[in-house]
Amino acid sequence: MVAYRYHQYQVVGRALPTESDDHPKIYRMKLWNTNEVRAKSKFWYFLRKLKKVKKSNGQILAINEIFEKNPTKINNYGIWLRYQSRTGYHNMYKEFRDTTLNGAVEQMYSEMASRHRVRSPCIQIIKTATIPAKLCKRESTKQFHNSKIKFPLVFKKVRPPTRKLKTTYKASRPNLFV
Amino acid sequence: MGFKRYVEIGRVALINYGKDYGKLVVIVDVVDQNRALVDAPDMVRSQLNFKRLTLTDIKIDINRAPRKKNLIEAMEKSDVKGKWESSSWGRKLIVQKKRASLNDFDRFKVMLAKIKRGSLVRQELAKLKKESA
Repeated sequence: MVAYRYHQYQVVGRALPTESDDHPKIYRMKLWNTNEVRAKSKFWYFLRKLKKVKKSNGQILAINEIFEKNPTKINNYGIWLRYQSRTGYHNMYKEFRDTTLNGAVEQMYSEMASRHRVRSPCIQIIKTATIPAKLCKRESTKQFHNSKIKFPLVFKKVRPPTRKLKTTYKASRPNLFV
Repeated sequence: MGFKRYVEIGRVALINYGKDYGKLVVIVDVVDQNRALVDAPDMVRSQLNFKRLTLTDIKIDINRAPRKKNLIEAMEKSDVKGKWESSSWGRKLIVQKKRASLNDFDRFKVMLAKIKRGSLVRQELAKLKKESA
Protein backbone atom coordinates (compact mmCIF):
# COMPACT_ATOMS: atom_id res chain seq x y z
CA MET A 1 0.00 0.00 0.00
CA VAL A 2 1.24 3.45 -0.78
CA ALA A 3 1.88 5.69 2.15
CA TYR A 4 -0.09 8.79 1.39
CA ARG A 5 1.64 12.06 2.05
CA TYR A 6 -1.57 14.02 2.39
CA HIS A 7 -3.79 13.50 5.39
CA GLN A 8 -7.22 14.94 5.95
CA TYR A 9 -7.65 16.88 9.16
CA GLN A 10 -10.64 18.48 10.82
CA VAL A 11 -9.52 21.65 12.59
CA VAL A 12 -11.83 23.44 14.99
CA GLY A 13 -10.92 26.86 16.30
CA ARG A 14 -12.24 30.19 17.47
CA ALA A 15 -11.10 33.62 18.56
CA LEU A 16 -10.07 33.94 22.15
CA PRO A 17 -12.89 35.09 24.44
CA THR A 18 -12.71 38.82 25.29
CA GLU A 19 -14.68 41.05 27.65
CA SER A 20 -16.95 42.16 24.81
CA ASP A 21 -17.47 38.68 23.38
CA ASP A 22 -17.65 35.90 25.90
CA HIS A 23 -18.52 33.08 23.52
CA PRO A 24 -16.97 33.71 20.13
CA LYS A 25 -18.23 31.67 17.19
CA ILE A 26 -16.49 28.35 16.68
CA TYR A 27 -15.34 27.50 13.18
CA ARG A 28 -14.53 24.11 11.76
CA MET A 29 -12.51 23.37 8.63
CA LYS A 30 -11.53 20.24 6.82
CA LEU A 31 -8.05 20.50 5.40
CA TRP A 32 -5.51 18.40 3.61
CA ASN A 33 -1.90 18.60 4.55
CA THR A 34 1.07 16.45 5.28
CA ASN A 35 1.01 16.78 9.06
CA GLU A 36 -0.93 18.32 11.91
CA VAL A 37 1.34 21.28 12.41
CA ARG A 38 0.93 22.38 8.83
CA ALA A 39 -2.79 21.77 9.00
CA LYS A 40 -3.16 24.09 11.97
CA SER A 41 -1.15 26.73 10.19
CA LYS A 42 -3.31 26.46 7.09
CA PHE A 43 -6.42 26.74 9.25
CA TRP A 44 -5.30 30.15 10.45
CA TYR A 45 -4.39 31.14 6.88
CA PHE A 46 -7.94 30.52 5.73
CA LEU A 47 -9.60 31.86 8.83
CA ARG A 48 -7.70 35.12 8.58
CA LYS A 49 -9.07 35.61 5.09
CA LEU A 50 -12.63 35.03 6.23
CA LYS A 51 -12.85 36.49 9.73
CA LYS A 52 -11.01 39.10 11.77
CA VAL A 53 -8.98 36.59 13.78
CA LYS A 54 -5.34 35.58 13.82
CA LYS A 55 -3.39 32.84 15.51
CA SER A 56 -2.24 35.29 18.16
CA ASN A 57 -5.79 36.11 19.22
CA GLY A 58 -7.34 32.75 18.58
CA GLN A 59 -7.15 29.22 19.80
CA ILE A 60 -7.43 25.80 18.21
CA LEU A 61 -9.95 23.71 20.05
CA ALA A 62 -9.47 20.39 18.31
CA ILE A 63 -7.61 18.81 15.48
CA ASN A 64 -8.50 15.30 14.41
CA GLU A 65 -7.40 13.22 11.51
CA ILE A 66 -10.17 11.94 9.30
CA PHE A 67 -9.63 8.47 7.92
CA GLU A 68 -11.20 6.84 4.92
CA LYS A 69 -14.22 4.79 5.86
CA ASN A 70 -13.84 2.09 3.22
CA PRO A 71 -10.45 2.04 1.53
CA THR A 72 -11.26 -1.12 -0.42
CA LYS A 73 -13.92 0.53 -2.55
CA ILE A 74 -13.08 2.56 -5.66
CA ASN A 75 -14.74 5.95 -5.90
CA ASN A 76 -14.81 8.79 -8.37
CA TYR A 77 -13.73 11.94 -6.58
CA GLY A 78 -14.49 15.40 -7.89
CA ILE A 79 -12.25 18.15 -6.57
CA TRP A 80 -13.03 21.83 -6.98
CA LEU A 81 -9.98 23.97 -6.53
CA ARG A 82 -8.76 27.53 -6.80
CA TYR A 83 -5.17 27.96 -7.87
CA GLN A 84 -2.78 30.74 -8.57
CA SER A 85 -1.11 30.67 -11.94
CA ARG A 86 1.53 33.04 -13.22
CA THR A 87 -1.17 35.38 -14.47
CA GLY A 88 -3.88 35.22 -11.83
CA TYR A 89 -6.29 33.05 -9.92
CA HIS A 90 -8.42 30.42 -11.61
CA ASN A 91 -11.01 27.89 -10.56
CA MET A 92 -10.86 24.34 -11.69
CA TYR A 93 -12.77 21.11 -11.40
CA LYS A 94 -10.91 17.83 -11.65
CA GLU A 95 -11.99 14.24 -11.36
CA PHE A 96 -9.97 11.33 -10.05
CA ARG A 97 -10.59 7.66 -9.52
CA ASP A 98 -9.08 6.28 -6.35
CA THR A 99 -9.86 4.16 -3.35
CA THR A 100 -9.37 6.93 -0.80
CA LEU A 101 -9.97 10.66 -0.77
CA ASN A 102 -6.44 11.30 0.45
CA GLY A 103 -5.14 9.40 -2.54
CA ALA A 104 -7.27 11.47 -4.88
CA VAL A 105 -6.05 14.70 -3.27
CA GLU A 106 -2.47 13.57 -3.66
CA GLN A 107 -3.15 12.76 -7.32
CA MET A 108 -4.60 16.21 -7.71
CA TYR A 109 -1.54 17.95 -6.29
CA SER A 110 0.72 15.84 -8.48
CA GLU A 111 -1.33 16.56 -11.58
CA MET A 112 -1.51 20.29 -10.95
CA ALA A 113 2.24 20.39 -10.45
CA SER A 114 2.92 18.47 -13.63
CA ARG A 115 0.27 19.81 -15.99
CA HIS A 116 0.12 23.43 -14.84
CA ARG A 117 3.36 23.90 -12.87
CA VAL A 118 1.33 24.95 -9.83
CA ARG A 119 3.00 24.18 -6.52
CA SER A 120 1.02 23.05 -3.53
CA PRO A 121 1.05 26.33 -1.56
CA CYS A 122 -0.72 27.99 -4.47
CA ILE A 123 -3.63 25.52 -4.48
CA GLN A 124 -6.72 25.93 -2.35
CA ILE A 125 -9.20 23.07 -2.25
CA ILE A 126 -12.69 24.51 -2.33
CA LYS A 127 -14.67 21.33 -2.20
CA THR A 128 -14.35 17.61 -2.65
CA ALA A 129 -17.10 15.14 -3.27
CA THR A 130 -17.62 11.51 -4.15
CA ILE A 131 -19.32 11.52 -7.50
CA PRO A 132 -21.59 8.69 -8.62
CA ALA A 133 -20.63 7.28 -11.99
CA LYS A 134 -23.55 8.88 -13.84
CA LEU A 135 -22.51 12.41 -12.97
CA CYS A 136 -18.85 12.22 -13.90
CA LYS A 137 -17.88 14.78 -16.44
CA ARG A 138 -14.42 13.78 -17.55
CA GLU A 139 -13.95 11.17 -20.25
CA SER A 140 -10.79 9.88 -18.66
CA THR A 141 -12.68 8.75 -15.56
CA LYS A 142 -15.78 7.67 -17.47
CA GLN A 143 -13.79 5.23 -19.58
CA PHE A 144 -13.26 3.06 -16.49
CA HIS A 145 -16.97 2.85 -15.72
CA ASN A 146 -17.27 -0.49 -17.39
CA SER A 147 -17.99 -3.62 -15.44
CA LYS A 148 -16.52 -5.76 -18.22
CA ILE A 149 -13.40 -3.70 -18.60
CA LYS A 150 -10.68 -5.46 -20.50
CA PHE A 151 -7.40 -4.22 -21.89
CA PRO A 152 -3.99 -5.72 -22.51
CA LEU A 153 -0.82 -4.52 -20.87
CA VAL A 154 1.21 -3.52 -23.85
CA PHE A 155 4.79 -3.36 -22.56
CA LYS A 156 6.14 -5.47 -19.78
CA LYS A 157 8.69 -3.62 -17.73
CA VAL A 158 11.45 -6.08 -16.90
CA ARG A 159 12.96 -5.34 -13.54
CA PRO A 160 14.58 -7.41 -10.79
CA PRO A 161 12.27 -8.21 -7.90
CA THR A 162 14.53 -6.57 -5.38
CA ARG A 163 16.94 -3.70 -5.84
CA LYS A 164 19.71 -5.95 -4.55
CA LEU A 165 19.55 -8.02 -7.73
CA LYS A 166 19.98 -4.99 -9.95
CA THR A 167 23.04 -5.16 -12.21
CA THR A 168 24.38 -2.72 -14.77
CA TYR A 169 24.90 -5.32 -17.49
CA LYS A 170 22.63 -8.19 -18.45
CA ALA A 171 23.51 -11.28 -20.44
CA SER A 172 20.55 -11.10 -22.82
CA ARG A 173 18.07 -8.57 -24.15
CA PRO A 174 14.81 -8.45 -22.25
CA ASN A 175 11.55 -9.88 -23.55
CA LEU A 176 9.04 -7.06 -23.40
CA PHE A 177 5.98 -9.02 -24.51
CA VAL A 178 3.52 -9.50 -21.74
CA MET B 1 -3.28 -9.27 -32.94
CA GLY B 2 -1.38 -11.19 -30.36
CA PHE B 3 -2.46 -10.17 -26.90
CA LYS B 4 -3.82 -13.16 -25.07
CA ARG B 5 -3.66 -12.02 -21.46
CA TYR B 6 -5.89 -9.08 -20.68
CA VAL B 7 -6.34 -7.06 -17.56
CA GLU B 8 -9.92 -7.89 -16.68
CA ILE B 9 -11.98 -8.55 -13.62
CA GLY B 10 -11.11 -12.04 -12.49
CA ARG B 11 -7.67 -12.23 -14.06
CA VAL B 12 -5.16 -13.97 -11.82
CA ALA B 13 -1.81 -12.25 -11.57
CA LEU B 14 1.50 -12.80 -9.86
CA ILE B 15 3.05 -10.01 -7.83
CA ASN B 16 6.59 -9.53 -9.11
CA TYR B 17 7.91 -6.69 -6.96
CA GLY B 18 7.55 -5.48 -3.44
CA LYS B 19 6.55 -6.82 -0.11
CA ASP B 20 4.07 -9.42 -1.42
CA TYR B 21 6.45 -10.78 -4.02
CA GLY B 22 5.46 -14.18 -5.39
CA LYS B 23 1.82 -14.09 -4.34
CA LEU B 24 -1.05 -14.99 -6.62
CA VAL B 25 -3.75 -12.36 -6.57
CA VAL B 26 -6.99 -11.75 -8.43
CA ILE B 27 -7.74 -8.46 -10.16
CA VAL B 28 -11.00 -7.46 -8.61
CA ASP B 29 -11.48 -4.00 -10.10
CA VAL B 30 -9.58 -1.45 -12.13
CA VAL B 31 -8.89 1.93 -10.54
CA ASP B 32 -7.45 3.63 -13.57
CA GLN B 33 -4.95 3.11 -16.32
CA ASN B 34 -2.13 2.18 -14.01
CA ARG B 35 -3.65 0.63 -10.93
CA ALA B 36 -5.89 -2.26 -10.07
CA LEU B 37 -7.75 -3.26 -6.97
CA VAL B 38 -6.33 -6.63 -6.12
CA ASP B 39 -7.36 -9.32 -3.67
CA ALA B 40 -6.21 -12.70 -2.41
CA PRO B 41 -7.64 -14.97 0.26
CA ASP B 42 -4.88 -14.17 2.72
CA MET B 43 -4.45 -10.45 2.25
CA VAL B 44 -6.38 -7.23 2.66
CA ARG B 45 -7.85 -5.91 -0.55
CA SER B 46 -5.52 -3.19 -1.79
CA GLN B 47 -4.52 -1.32 -4.90
CA LEU B 48 -1.43 -2.26 -6.85
CA ASN B 49 0.27 -0.74 -9.83
CA PHE B 50 0.21 -2.91 -12.94
CA LYS B 51 3.96 -2.58 -13.05
CA ARG B 52 4.10 -4.83 -10.03
CA LEU B 53 1.89 -7.50 -11.56
CA THR B 54 2.52 -10.17 -14.15
CA LEU B 55 -0.67 -11.52 -15.69
CA THR B 56 -1.18 -15.26 -15.88
CA ASP B 57 -3.37 -17.34 -18.15
CA ILE B 58 -5.82 -18.13 -15.38
CA LYS B 59 -9.10 -16.25 -15.19
CA ILE B 60 -11.95 -16.79 -12.80
CA ASP B 61 -15.56 -15.79 -13.14
CA ILE B 62 -16.47 -13.03 -10.70
CA ASN B 63 -18.47 -9.84 -10.68
CA ARG B 64 -16.87 -6.49 -10.20
CA ALA B 65 -15.52 -6.12 -6.64
CA PRO B 66 -17.06 -9.23 -5.09
CA ARG B 67 -17.31 -9.89 -1.40
CA LYS B 68 -14.34 -11.71 0.09
CA LYS B 69 -16.45 -14.80 0.74
CA ASN B 70 -17.66 -14.93 -2.88
CA LEU B 71 -14.13 -14.40 -4.12
CA ILE B 72 -12.81 -17.33 -2.11
CA GLU B 73 -15.69 -19.50 -3.33
CA ALA B 74 -15.02 -18.59 -6.95
CA MET B 75 -11.33 -19.30 -6.52
CA GLU B 76 -12.08 -22.71 -5.06
CA LYS B 77 -14.59 -23.49 -7.79
CA SER B 78 -12.20 -22.77 -10.63
CA ASP B 79 -9.33 -24.35 -8.69
CA VAL B 80 -6.88 -21.54 -9.18
CA LYS B 81 -4.30 -23.15 -6.92
CA GLY B 82 -4.48 -26.49 -8.71
CA LYS B 83 -4.28 -24.94 -12.17
CA TRP B 84 -1.34 -22.82 -11.09
CA GLU B 85 0.63 -25.64 -9.56
CA SER B 86 0.09 -27.87 -12.59
CA SER B 87 1.06 -25.18 -15.07
CA SER B 88 4.68 -25.17 -16.18
CA TRP B 89 5.23 -21.66 -14.78
CA GLY B 90 3.83 -22.65 -11.39
CA ARG B 91 5.86 -25.83 -11.29
CA LYS B 92 9.05 -23.92 -12.07
CA LEU B 93 8.42 -21.60 -9.14
CA ILE B 94 7.82 -24.53 -6.80
CA VAL B 95 11.09 -26.14 -7.88
CA GLN B 96 12.93 -22.83 -7.41
CA LYS B 97 11.56 -22.53 -3.91
CA LYS B 98 12.51 -26.09 -3.09
CA ARG B 99 16.04 -25.57 -4.33
CA ALA B 100 16.42 -22.42 -2.28
CA SER B 101 15.34 -24.19 0.87
CA LEU B 102 17.72 -27.17 0.62
CA ASN B 103 20.21 -27.71 3.38
CA ASP B 104 23.71 -29.04 2.85
CA PHE B 105 22.73 -32.69 3.29
CA ASP B 106 19.93 -32.28 0.73
CA ARG B 107 22.34 -30.75 -1.73
CA PHE B 108 24.67 -33.69 -1.20
CA LYS B 109 21.82 -36.06 -1.95
CA VAL B 110 20.96 -34.09 -5.09
CA MET B 111 24.57 -34.34 -6.23
CA LEU B 112 24.56 -38.12 -5.81
CA ALA B 113 21.26 -38.40 -7.63
CA LYS B 114 22.57 -36.31 -10.54
CA ILE B 115 25.70 -38.46 -10.81
CA LYS B 116 23.57 -41.60 -10.81
CA ARG B 117 21.24 -40.21 -13.49
CA GLY B 118 24.23 -39.14 -15.60
CA SER B 119 25.78 -42.58 -15.37
CA LEU B 120 22.54 -44.32 -16.40
CA VAL B 121 22.20 -42.01 -19.41
CA ARG B 122 25.77 -42.71 -20.47
CA GLN B 123 25.29 -46.45 -20.13
CA GLU B 124 22.25 -46.34 -22.41
CA LEU B 125 24.10 -44.13 -24.86
CA ALA B 126 27.04 -46.58 -24.92
CA LYS B 127 24.64 -49.45 -25.62
CA LEU B 128 23.00 -47.56 -28.50
CA LYS B 129 26.37 -46.63 -29.95
CA LYS B 130 27.48 -50.24 -29.84
CA GLU B 131 24.30 -51.35 -31.63
CA SER B 132 24.64 -48.79 -34.37
CA ALA B 133 28.39 -49.39 -34.82
